[in-house]
Amino acid sequence: MSTDEKAPPRTARTRLAVAGARATTESVLGARSRGDRISNRLFQAVLLLGLSVAIAGLATMVIWAFVEGSPRLNTALFTAGPSTLNIEQAGYRPAILGSLLVIGGVIVLILPLGVGAAVYLEEYADKSRWWNRLFELNIQNLAGVPSIVFGILGLAFIVRQPLGLGFVPAAGALTIALLVLPTVILAAREALRAVPPSIREGSLALGATQWQTTWRQVLPAAMSGILTGVILAVARAVGEAAPLLLVGAVTFVTFDPSFFDPGFTTLPTQIFDWAGRPQEEFQVLAAAGVLIMLALVLVMNSFAVWLRNRFEQKW
Amino acid sequence: MRGVIDASSAGAESPRRSLEAPSPRYGEKAIKVFLGACGGLSVLVTAGIVLSLAFGAIDFFREVPVHEFLFGTTWAPSFSPSHFGVLPIVTGTLNIVFWALAVSVPVGLASAIYLSEYAPNRVRKTIKPMLEVLEGIPTVAIGLFALMFLRPLVADVLPFLDWGGVHSIGVAGIAVGLLIVPLVASISDDAMRAVPRGLREGAYALGASKLRVSLRVVFPAAISGIVAAVVLAVSRAIGETMVVLLAGGARAQITGDPTASSQTMTAYIGQTATGEIAFGTIAYYTIFAVGALLFVMTLIMNLFAIRLVRRFREVYE
Repeated sequence: MSTDEKAPPRTARTRLAVAGARATTESVLGARSRGDRISNRLFQAVLLLGLSVAIAGLATMVIWAFVEGSPRLNTALFTAGPSTLNIEQAGYRPAILGSLLVIGGVIVLILPLGVGAAVYLEEYADKSRWWNRLFELNIQNLAGVPSIVFGILGLAFIVRQPLGLGFVPAAGALTIALLVLPTVILAAREALRAVPPSIREGSLALGATQWQTTWRQVLPAAMSGILTGVILAVARAVGEAAPLLLVGAVTFVTFDPSFFDPGFTTLPTQIFDWAGRPQEEFQVLAAAGVLIMLALVLVMNSFAVWLRNRFEQKW
Repeated sequence: MRGVIDASSAGAESPRRSLEAPSPRYGEKAIKVFLGACGGLSVLVTAGIVLSLAFGAIDFFREVPVHEFLFGTTWAPSFSPSHFGVLPIVTGTLNIVFWALAVSVPVGLASAIYLSEYAPNRVRKTIKPMLEVLEGIPTVAIGLFALMFLRPLVADVLPFLDWGGVHSIGVAGIAVGLLIVPLVASISDDAMRAVPRGLREGAYALGASKLRVSLRVVFPAAISGIVAAVVLAVSRAIGETMVVLLAGGARAQITGDPTASSQTMTAYIGQTATGEIAFGTIAYYTIFAVGALLFVMTLIMNLFAIRLVRRFREVYE
């Protein structure tokens, strides 16, 4: 904290201001106006070009999925199982059910664990203790671990010993939950931090215990922010495929999966499976799957963004 | 002064109430322990990752010498005779990183500068959520898009290049770059918006144009945040799996040719996992050795990025 009052920021500031001033004075005293105005316009054009590449990427992808996948947009796509013989009537039923099972498991796990960890770090933890700083650094780090490494964890620890669940949807749910947990914790902490201290102080002053304060005042105030984080995490979990490849979600299943029985597949892994086959029809089928998934993820993301804008509070 | 002292001494006359809780509050303590356990879970997860990678890697290195793994130039774990030189899939990964950065850094930075310095508030409010939505697109979708749309498109635009099969490491890298544009844009945007207004105003007062303010004042002031964004982008590109699995191909070879097919570390793990691997075979353990290398590489990148982000947050308060 004390570093903020010391000199370094000011000198950095001064140095920059001087650099800016020098550069500008030079330009003012030198030949200005016309050439400068042109370069300004050019620069702005370059910036807009960059931004439009980003937006165009998004737009092209959505349009492509629609054009490519729309011929297969029929009810069989949702109600039928996969088939290699009758491709025209093949669908994503077991994959959709598998995805729902995994997502359900993920939500049940990340809500208490993610919010619990965030509450601990924001409301209870003493920041001067080394283990609490370790937790923080560790969570930031986990957020950057490649998803396929979580798949290895799932394969070695959850599918095999010590948990020994086998290649079941529950193992997939647990793996994905661990993967998105850091995202949920970081988002929930952000939401808790936005609740002003005066609310806590008021509650504590009236004699409420720390948990009563947290449960009845702080959590309700932070709810919309927490929910936004959870929805974004679930949207990510819907599209996540890499770790699931390692915990068995690429089985060819034609039956409805159940949570603790081996043999399951999910939307993204089924799409990956179709995409790897050479025939044209499978590619169309894969694109139709992408369309389902895009619709799902876009709706969830938009809902999260809407939720955040709707409930954004100024205290 | 005197009045205050009087009031406090008057208060002391009434019986002093203890502020201690009337009951031991075991529930409170149990809740605190539960919450602490949630926080500690992340450490357990990291420990689990490290242990699972280490045990598998130890079994692998019992059969393959470390130097052969790190410096060998032939990667053919499932052939006989098998070769375990990891360099071809490491260079495949570096290829992806190169092309991904070539796309995401200019596009992401241009977007960030525009959003933080040029865009009117209304435009910003619509574009930022759009970029966030782009960040949420499933990677399988982007992989399929790269394989079925981008690769033929690029081949049509650049017909003079020698396009081999349907896979191309360059196109896969471009797709990964598109994927991480929002990450670069949003972190750099945050860093540039954290630069105090006073700096800009000072420069404007001296007659600086917007271009000079953006590039000579704001950009250098936000540099640690921008570098952090790039480092995180590298980390994401190293770890990206589905796009390279679909569009990058499966030939483990050392090549600088963007049109060639080349396997990456993540693609190897994903492909081995989807094939039939028997538990306990050497192919099974290569997953852990490659995974450990991947983990170490991204860990170094992430620690570096976290430090940089922390620094830019502390500079201006």
